[in-house]
Amino acid sequence: MSGNKRQTDGMYESLLRRAAPDRTAWEDLVVVPIFAVVVALLLGAVAMLATNVDLATVGRSYVALVSGSVGSFNAISETLTSAIPLTLAGLGIALGFRAGMFNIGAEGQLLIGGMAAVITGFSLPGLPMIVHVPLVLLVGALAGGLYAAIAGWLRAATGAHEVISTIMLNLIAYRLVDYLLRLDFIQREGRSDPISKSVLESAELPRLLTWLDPNLRLHAGVFLMIGAVIFIHWLLFKTRLGFEFRASGENPEAARYAGMRAGLVIVLAMGLAGALAGLAGANQVSGVLGRASPGFSAGIGFDAIAVALLGRSHPWGVLLAGLLFGALEAGGRQMQVDAGVSIDLIGIIQALIIVFIAAPLLVRALFPWGFSKARPSAKE
Amino acid sequence: MNVELRGITKRFGSFTAVNNVNLQIRAGEVLGLLGENGAGKSTLMNVLCGLYAATEGQILIDGNPVSFAGPGEAIRAGIGMVHQHFMLIPVFTVAENVVLGVEPTGPLDHLDLVQARAQVREINDAYGLEVDPDALIETLPVGVQQRVEIIKVLFRSADLVIFDEPTAVLTPQEVVEFFAIVRSLRDSGKAIVFITHKLGEIREISDHIAVLRRGEIVGHADHPDAISEADLAELMVGRPVSFDVKRNPNPPGEPLLEVADLTVLNNNDDVAVDDISLMVRSGEIVGIAGVQGNGQSALVEALTGLTRVAGGTVSFKGKDITRASARERHRMGFAHIPEDRQRTGLIPAFSIAENMVLDSYYDDRFSTGPTMRWDVVNKAAAHAVVDFDVRTTSVFDAVSTLSGGNQQKVIVAREMFRDTEFLIASQPTRGLDVGSIEYIHSRIAQARDEGDGVLIVSSELDEILALSDRILVMFKGRIVAEFDGATADKATIGLAMAGRYEGAAA
Repeated sequence: MSGNKRQTDGMYESLLRRAAPDRTAWEDLVVVPIFAVVVALLLGAVAMLATNVDLATVGRSYVALVSGSVGSFNAISETLTSAIPLTLAGLGIALGFRAGMFNIGAEGQLLIGGMAAVITGFSLPGLPMIVHVPLVLLVGALAGGLYAAIAGWLRAATGAHEVISTIMLNLIAYRLVDYLLRLDFIQREGRSDPISKSVLESAELPRLLTWLDPNLRLHAGVFLMIGAVIFIHWLLFKTRLGFEFRASGENPEAARYAGMRAGLVIVLAMGLAGALAGLAGANQVSGVLGRASPGFSAGIGFDAIAVALLGRSHPWGVLLAGLLFGALEAGGRQMQVDAGVSIDLIGIIQALIIVFIAAPLLVRALFPWGFSKARPSAKE
Repeated sequence: MNVELRGITKRFGSFTAVNNVNLQIRAGEVLGLLGENGAGKSTLMNVLCGLYAATEGQILIDGNPVSFAGPGEAIRAGIGMVHQHFMLIPVFTVAENVVLGVEPTGPLDHLDLVQARAQVREINDAYGLEVDPDALIETLPVGVQQRVEIIKVLFRSADLVIFDEPTAVLTPQEVVEFFAIVRSLRDSGKAIVFITHKLGEIREISDHIAVLRRGEIVGHADHPDAISEADLAELMVGRPVSFDVKRNPNPPGEPLLEVADLTVLNNNDDVAVDDISLMVRSGEIVGIAGVQGNGQSALVEALTGLTRVAGGTVSFKGKDITRASARERHRMGFAHIPEDRQRTGLIPAFSIAENMVLDSYYDDRFSTGPTMRWDVVNKAAAHAVVDFDVRTTSVFDAVSTLSGGNQQKVIVAREMFRDTEFLIASQPTRGLDVGSIEYIHSRIAQARDEGDGVLIVSSELDEILALSDRILVMFKGRIVAEFDGATADKATIGLAMAGRYEGAAA
């Protein structure tokens, strides 16, 4: 009798054991992105050679890329500073992907969030920093979230596809920012060009490394980035809402059959994604720019899509991808200075990385020795 | 054309799907190939059709060894296959579909449809197929669409025709007509292979029977009458099988679910369920028979709270639940086994444990506040896996790695591993092996014996007959007949399924 019980206990235990991660799954997640980056860098070199850049300059530019991204305190500070908004907005996009939505609108959400944050940042004098900074961030997140929720609501209520509506909302956001920047209330006094007042000192994210060197720009947003990664990981994998997001993303019909409210999931997921993009915007105006100008989003919202793809929509993957893209940004600037190669090349390399990520079979074909031979054969 | 398979073996990596199979397929004869899902029937036929290359063995046509580099070569050699899932373009006409890929063309690539039509008519007349060459596919019933597939094969001058599970989509009447076509093909000298897992059909139509299990031929019968159904089943499954679901004769209890004048529209605002009234008592299994696409799916969606009703009421234990959501009904003790396990029943990429709580994750047992209690979920899933005999090594395995039968058991476990009062099961055993069917039927009967009301929707008449205390027949959104489960007769129900029943409707 007791032997029997022990046997069943053993059965439950073995059922609760996780299998070792599948080798092919690991290769797809880790090896493919690494090779994608390598191939993209190689093709970047080919592009330079093809445009009459000599080999020595190519070598110098890649040296500059490395030294400009991780070669010094300043380089690391620049890399992290660039990575913060990319990671924040990338987390939002990744969250959308997990819930089955393709949010192209991070750029617009970032602009709206940043604008709201700037206004909060310059219009409330006398607040202590400990209140003002969180308030600026919160308002930015809220504004970005509400702006994105419009697209979510349109999708849930009318079926309008979020790809279309977020693209349109991006265009509206650009022009809305241009318009707002010329309002007396927002435009900086004595300026005729569209530029906002600067945020008050109490609304600036504090710089962290000025004790080392007053030029280091790294600011407290880095904690925001790490906190957001941990929060999104918790949300996606440990909570009820995250389960609903993931279920709706993987199989919306099965989620509906299981009694989940599809409309609510869509609006919430879009809202949260927009909040993260808005936070990225608030982070930029409060930590780096100090004010808003036309197009201050600088394409971060679009780069964030690439970051989410490269990070395989996993929070920690997004962090790594955000750091990589941050490094490319920072290193690219150094490259331009040292080797005279245009920073546009970095854009090409980033785009190539995504192309190779999207074509894992191509990467496998290019590097057959990097992968296990036997692909699992299709079952009957 | 006589075809011989000699020592055919097909391996995928270390997995042997077909092992040393010898078969004779002769002109003017029907070879019935019987086997469960995964027995290797399809793999074997895909080798014959040139889709797979055999790992070992030979194919001989009229004594000459052949090898096919692809399906095109097999077709040119005269081997044609009618697939289980039709490959027709709905907005094209019959003639256009038939010539697709081998279009007769004139100068400047002009498509010669006149010739195509004439050829379709010729084939029509030769085998008594009665298909209008100018009809659009989407306007044709499934049985006629199947004939279009047959014409396609004959148009490519096949001498060997393989039918893969051809009766799965047909009404009993259509099956009779289909068999007549198969016999006329046979009598004109074609060689026929008929693949199925249905025992009755194989004995009715075959001249020879071969039984395949785990990739090997485990039995032969040179004449269908030489072997009993029970023996065939035992050969197929590998152990004795009981077809009778054990049912305790307990009298049905109080009315549980009452539906009055229910009307449901589909997505195009057409009437899918037309003024239906029905009642299910506790401790009773009511079966809804009918050919797929006669409003059953809309009825199930309405009863489970997944779609809005256009008129009528649904009440449960005397309480009006017409407007209750799916989740509210779930809380009241509704269990729902959806008709399409891959599309609506499961999330294939999720683990078994996650799928086990797909509709109960919000429950206090499985979550506190906003956080999931995954340790509790995983333990409960392990118990459900053991209790419902899901064959897996770990509850963290993705459901997509399980066989169809085990996937269905995950759904059954999820829906029934708690106190339920009412079970709606839609096509609960579609595409499953005999062992899984047996098991799932016994769990459904057990739920009934414990006092649940059960509503089964199935297009498999055998399943309805095996389980139901009462049988309702649905046709064009209406219930057109009602039968007592104990005395119902298959032929009469078949007539009602085709809308040709003259008796009193319920």
